[in-house]
Amino acid sequence: MARITLRQAISDALREEMQRDENVFIMGEEVGVWGGTYAVTRGFHDEFGDKRVRDTPISEMVIGGAAAGAAMNGLRPVAEFMTINFAMLALDQIVNHAAKVHYMFGGQMKAPVVYRAPGGGGRQLGATHSHTPDVIFAHFPGLTVVSPGTPYDAKGLLKSAIRSDDPVLFIEHATLYQLRGEVPEEDYTVPIGVSEVKREGSDVTIISYAQGLQVSLEAAEQLAKEGVEAEVVDLRSLRPLDMGPALESFKKTFRAVVVEEGHRGYGIGAEIVARLQEEAFDYIDAPIKRVAQDETPLPYSQELEQMALINPDKVIAAVKEIV
Amino acid sequence: MDRLTPQKYLSLYIDMRRMRAIEEKATALYYEGRTIGRIYSGRGQEAISVGSTYALAADDAVAPMNRDLGTHLVRGITVREIFCQYLGRANSSNRGKDAGLHISSPERGVMVNMISNLPASLPVAVGIALAFKIRRELRVALTYFGDGASSTGASHEGINFAAVRRLPIVFICENNQWALSTATSKQFALEHLVERAAGYGIPGIQVDGNDVLAVYETTAEAVARARGGEGPTFIEAVTMRMKGHSVTDPAQYVPQSMLDAWEQKDPIRRFGNHLRQENLLDDSLDENITGKISAEIDDAVAYAEASPFLPAEEAVTDVYAEGIATTYA
Repeated sequence: MARITLRQAISDALREEMQRDENVFIMGEEVGVWGGTYAVTRGFHDEFGDKRVRDTPISEMVIGGAAAGAAMNGLRPVAEFMTINFAMLALDQIVNHAAKVHYMFGGQMKAPVVYRAPGGGGRQLGATHSHTPDVIFAHFPGLTVVSPGTPYDAKGLLKSAIRSDDPVLFIEHATLYQLRGEVPEEDYTVPIGVSEVKREGSDVTIISYAQGLQVSLEAAEQLAKEGVEAEVVDLRSLRPLDMGPALESFKKTFRAVVVEEGHRGYGIGAEIVARLQEEAFDYIDAPIKRVAQDETPLPYSQELEQMALINPDKVIAAVKEIV
Repeated sequence: MDRLTPQKYLSLYIDMRRMRAIEEKATALYYEGRTIGRIYSGRGQEAISVGSTYALAADDAVAPMNRDLGTHLVRGITVREIFCQYLGRANSSNRGKDAGLHISSPERGVMVNMISNLPASLPVAVGIALAFKIRRELRVALTYFGDGASSTGASHEGINFAAVRRLPIVFICENNQWALSTATSKQFALEHLVERAAGYGIPGIQVDGNDVLAVYETTAEAVARARGGEGPTFIEAVTMRMKGHSVTDPAQYVPQSMLDAWEQKDPIRRFGNHLRQENLLDDSLDENITGKISAEIDDAVAYAEASPFLPAEEAVTDVYAEGIATTYA
């Protein structure tokens, strides 16, 4: 198996789906000649032409809405927001159209659109360009929200997203684009809404996804050197959320830490902790900890930014409080 | 452009009459406590939705808004379906999952049903047109928005994108002078909203929105332009909202003199007089039409009131096309 970057995995998934299904097309800001702000669609404009790789004006509401409309009219658009920060401009189109038409119109309509959105902090881009607002989107029934933490999952999940009959927000953490991992040559998919144990252990359960997964895996390796074996569960999809592997693991370790890059308040961790106490109350042996971004707009200068973000040391410290 | 036959003239008239009578009945049901208040009257604006929708071909797409009941009637949505929708019944278009005129019927070309936010459906209608263009189909999309909605970023982004990509779409701005209680003088600084079309580099045409034939002809020309690959047209249909924003709004902020002046331009009476001059309508035929509409509505209300609601457990179905369960374990 080839070891490729997560960027390459996403690019390959897009190319292969466009080759497989002529209804798949790409639209967004700078996706054409420029090849995408994060170079995911580099070469696509030459390969597929302007008809299937469409630059748009700087109009996020149209990217969100017209992609939904084209999907309702039988195509399979993959709309790229330059960053997830700008997807917030299209919230009405994503949440009130794409995510609701199937329900509001009694199942007559579907909107099989994929919104790709790079995001996350850690690149010194300042507060407004560094959001991890995943939880905002994951709040709404009708929308599917996935965010991969490995190249293998990125390729398989994006293929599932494009083939899904539901609208999918596909969140790519920009610091993971260079992450390498094994990806098979042959066609495969990773199912949406299925969590997975990424590292086995018996002492504590760490639940995370996306960039938080890599932080958690690094923390787990260091903890192992100190004799603490952490089991790391990767959620992969935030909605629908599969609690199965996390619950199974927790019932074995009786201790858990939830790791996310978004802000702590009202976050993914809040949801996971609630679900653990609802569904596995008798197994709680210690407070369930949350490791998340500080409650400030993300600062610019490197030291300040790193202080506010999650890192392996913070995960290790949280684990040590409860084992 | 297709010329209208005398029979079509009469159909336009009948559909405008049906629209008004249905809304009057729905309003009466509201005051009798037989339906909820999601009723937005298009009284005075009937010529716009009826006239413009007549200009579409059967496989074109239309995205109506809340005052465009005429669009649904012209597209063949039945009066029974409409009252089932008002009453939230299981056999309505939306199975009771959404109210108002949020009616969809893809097979009859009502492709983008409105959601409450205006003009949130405008960029979506643009996407419908984009798909037509990508598939090289000679089909056209038509959508509506109001003078109030013209102030939103969604209308600007949608029209600009359609203009840039020369998409096969027609935008009709129904300028009914009021966005709830906000007059157009507080909505835009232009004298005529249609002047905005020049800013998008597309044709802009202002039409008397109370003249159903003018609306039909203007729309038909714009549809032909779109179908011919010449891109979108911005039509400003000037009219007047003769009732409040919704059934719960007495609209005391509207000057009576304004209502009186526009009452003289009532689109139904006006077109009826025209038909009489052309010897296409007389008292006996008009009474016959009234009777038929009344019977159609009585039947529809009885049918709707006898229709079941969706069982409560169906509240959790339809959230995902893939059938994903959304309740917690």
